[in-house]
Amino acid sequence: MFRLAKRLAELGIMGINRRNAEYTLALNPRRSYPLVDDKLRTKELAVPAGIPVPDLYGVVKSEYQVRHLPLWLKDHEDFVIKPARGSGGEGILVIAGRVQANFRTAGGLVMTPEELNHHVFNVLGGLYSLGGQTDAALVEYRVRFDPVFHHICYQGVPDIRIIVFWGVPVMAMLRLPTQASGGKANLHQGAVGAGIDLATGATLKGVSRQGIVSEHPDTGNRIPGLVIPQWEALLTMAARAYELTGLGYLGVDLVLDQDLGPLLLELNARPGLAIQIANAAGLLHRTTLVEQHRGALASVPDRLAFARRHFGVKP
Amino acid sequence: MNKTHLYVLALILAVAGLGLFLYKVLALNFPLAPGVESYTWNVEAKITFTANDEPAKVSLFIPRTSRRYAITNEAFVSRGYGLLTASEDDNRQATWSIRRAQGPQTLYYRAEVVRVSGREPVSPIPPPRPEEPGFEGAELAAAQELVTQIQRRSADNETMAAELLKRLNQPHPADNVALLLGRQNSEAAKLSLAVRVLALAGAPARVVHGIVLKEQKEKLPLVHWLEVYTQKYWQPVDPVTGGPNLPGNYLAWWRGPLSMARVTGGADLRVSMSSSRELEAAISTAVVRGQIKKPLLLRFSLLSLPIHSQQVYRILLMVPLGGFLLVILRNIIGISTFGTFMPVLMALAFRETQLLWGIVFFSSLVVLGLVIRFYLDRLKLLLVPRLAAVLIVVVILMALMSMVTNHLGLERGLSVALFPMVILTMTIERMSIVWEERGPYEAIKQGLGSLLAAALAYLVMHQRTVQHLFFVFPELLLVLLAATLLLGRYSGYRLLELLRFKVLLKEEP
Repeated sequence: MFRLAKRLAELGIMGINRRNAEYTLALNPRRSYPLVDDKLRTKELAVPAGIPVPDLYGVVKSEYQVRHLPLWLKDHEDFVIKPARGSGGEGILVIAGRVQANFRTAGGLVMTPEELNHHVFNVLGGLYSLGGQTDAALVEYRVRFDPVFHHICYQGVPDIRIIVFWGVPVMAMLRLPTQASGGKANLHQGAVGAGIDLATGATLKGVSRQGIVSEHPDTGNRIPGLVIPQWEALLTMAARAYELTGLGYLGVDLVLDQDLGPLLLELNARPGLAIQIANAAGLLHRTTLVEQHRGALASVPDRLAFARRHFGVKP
Repeated sequence: MNKTHLYVLALILAVAGLGLFLYKVLALNFPLAPGVESYTWNVEAKITFTANDEPAKVSLFIPRTSRRYAITNEAFVSRGYGLLTASEDDNRQATWSIRRAQGPQTLYYRAEVVRVSGREPVSPIPPPRPEEPGFEGAELAAAQELVTQIQRRSADNETMAAELLKRLNQPHPADNVALLLGRQNSEAAKLSLAVRVLALAGAPARVVHGIVLKEQKEKLPLVHWLEVYTQKYWQPVDPVTGGPNLPGNYLAWWRGPLSMARVTGGADLRVSMSSSRELEAAISTAVVRGQIKKPLLLRFSLLSLPIHSQQVYRILLMVPLGGFLLVILRNIIGISTFGTFMPVLMALAFRETQLLWGIVFFSSLVVLGLVIRFYLDRLKLLLVPRLAAVLIVVVILMALMSMVTNHLGLERGLSVALFPMVILTMTIERMSIVWEERGPYEAIKQGLGSLLAAALAYLVMHQRTVQHLFFVFPELLLVLLAATLLLGRYSGYRLLELLRFKVLLKEEP
């Protein structure tokens, strides 16, 4: 058992305790948490900084505002309802279209307006929020993801998670929804995570709950080797999120829209650790390297160059 | 941030806790394990007399805490009597009085005494004045002759007393002794004569009356003893042998020439003594010892609380231990549970149901609750009303379960009422959400994790030795706090994490 721990340590694998004690607790000031925990505030922060986000149609802050929903949704065939302070991708309802007076979810279910309202009430009641506090429901633009991902995606929207340490992207993965995950892009719900070569933006092997995989479990298509378009832009957005929040250790969730390009979905002050399995690499070696060169990594281009030079896959 | 700071703090806490712990174990002999028994004696003096239908007053000498015995508890049973206790010189006296009494009367004095080790040095007491001997005429001459004889053959008060007792106890006493004793030949008479003769010789002495503690229901005989003032304190002298040792279980009751009890307004006064041995946990004995030696240290002990509060603290002090166990289970091993401390509360509830039944009741309540929660989900209720509804259902289920098990003759079922229902409700709610969001696998995994943690916490928290240790040595909580603080900075892998990341090693060539 101790040998196992020692070998993992040699690989630089970060455990939950170390992430909490030495990264999130030590580097992320508590007062900055609301900036990332509340998606509404993240949006308000990103827009003036010129970081594109999905368009906000409306915010339901209390029960009586639910009657505004039809007005806001009048011009939109599809949309997403998500809790402002949700965690782990829970409580996100994706409406892909309409069937007469009803709504059709991304999963193909039909929802009556009452059922939709009930979902919003649940969100407001704090069912999905951290610690169960009352919450607000965001109604926003539904991302139409870039067609490059079509063959390795089952329902839902694939997103890109980038871990940013002191403003330097240190590790990234592409999260692909599966049937098991119910169209959600969270690994613990059954999505597939594929590591990304930070230098080129090409995908590596994937990891699912079953272990390491090379094909998407639903579509059967090969995952490694896909080059993500606009990689430079995605990395830049991730790196800039550091200045936006001041969080030293940050998970940035981005999505690639077919019309709008890269969009910032949300930020995470306690990003998960499965990304290490997806990349078959530990975070600790990379964070140590960044720590050593921190003085020379002030500007965003410097940080990107550093990341691409050191954290690419060695040929 | 600063690890040194943390280490120093933890060290201070641990040293303080362990130091106090060791002091109590080694110096005050607090028992490490429960159930080490020591002897406590219950002594009783029963007074009977016949009242004359007029104001009655009864005085009784009662024992006081000495270097040999501590009185831990006393009670006066006397219906309708006013009671006054007073200390004078070396005696304590209780006086019962009543305006009017008639017929046979019974009064009781009861005390609980514990043997204490009198090893600590005795502070010197000032020499008392010898009593007036009160000899006259021929008696005086005989006494003076006796004094001359014993003074010649002794070095100090103690040996003089021994010499005197030897003469008094001879089967055929010398003429002067026979004259002084007259026809009285009882031990009490001899001792009071000894005190008078010693007074004439200028040596303060007194008679001590007491009992030898043993299992005896009634009519425990009084044993008289002589005490002579030597140099700095009162030295006991065996009235028969003249030796300096008291019997092991001798409890001194009163001193001086007066009789044990006196009555006015009544007749036929009788006093009957009895004593019985009580097996009591050594712990309270140790406390009494400590009170006599170091009153300050134990004044704030949990053992000085009323019994009922003690019981509460016995349990409450286990909660930190449960919390510590959860730190290990969650941060070192990596088990996930519903709610951080829910398993500790469940473990407390298991106290009443016992482990097996606790698990059965808990599981069935959660399963039934989940079924109903899933049904409630279809009604599309708002969050708080839904939680309240689940809470109501949980309480109904608990009541039903008690009724059904009671009907089946299972007494354990009644204790289900002590389950923390709000915690149960939240567990059901969270479990149903995890079930929907992450699937049944994750929900059942966390549910079983919670149950396992609760069972482990129960097993640890209900060890009798562990309970005893934390109750008697609450300073161990400081050690626990130190350990928790140190674990708070543990940044190594969790045990289950090793399994999670194991796949990475297989990739290695």
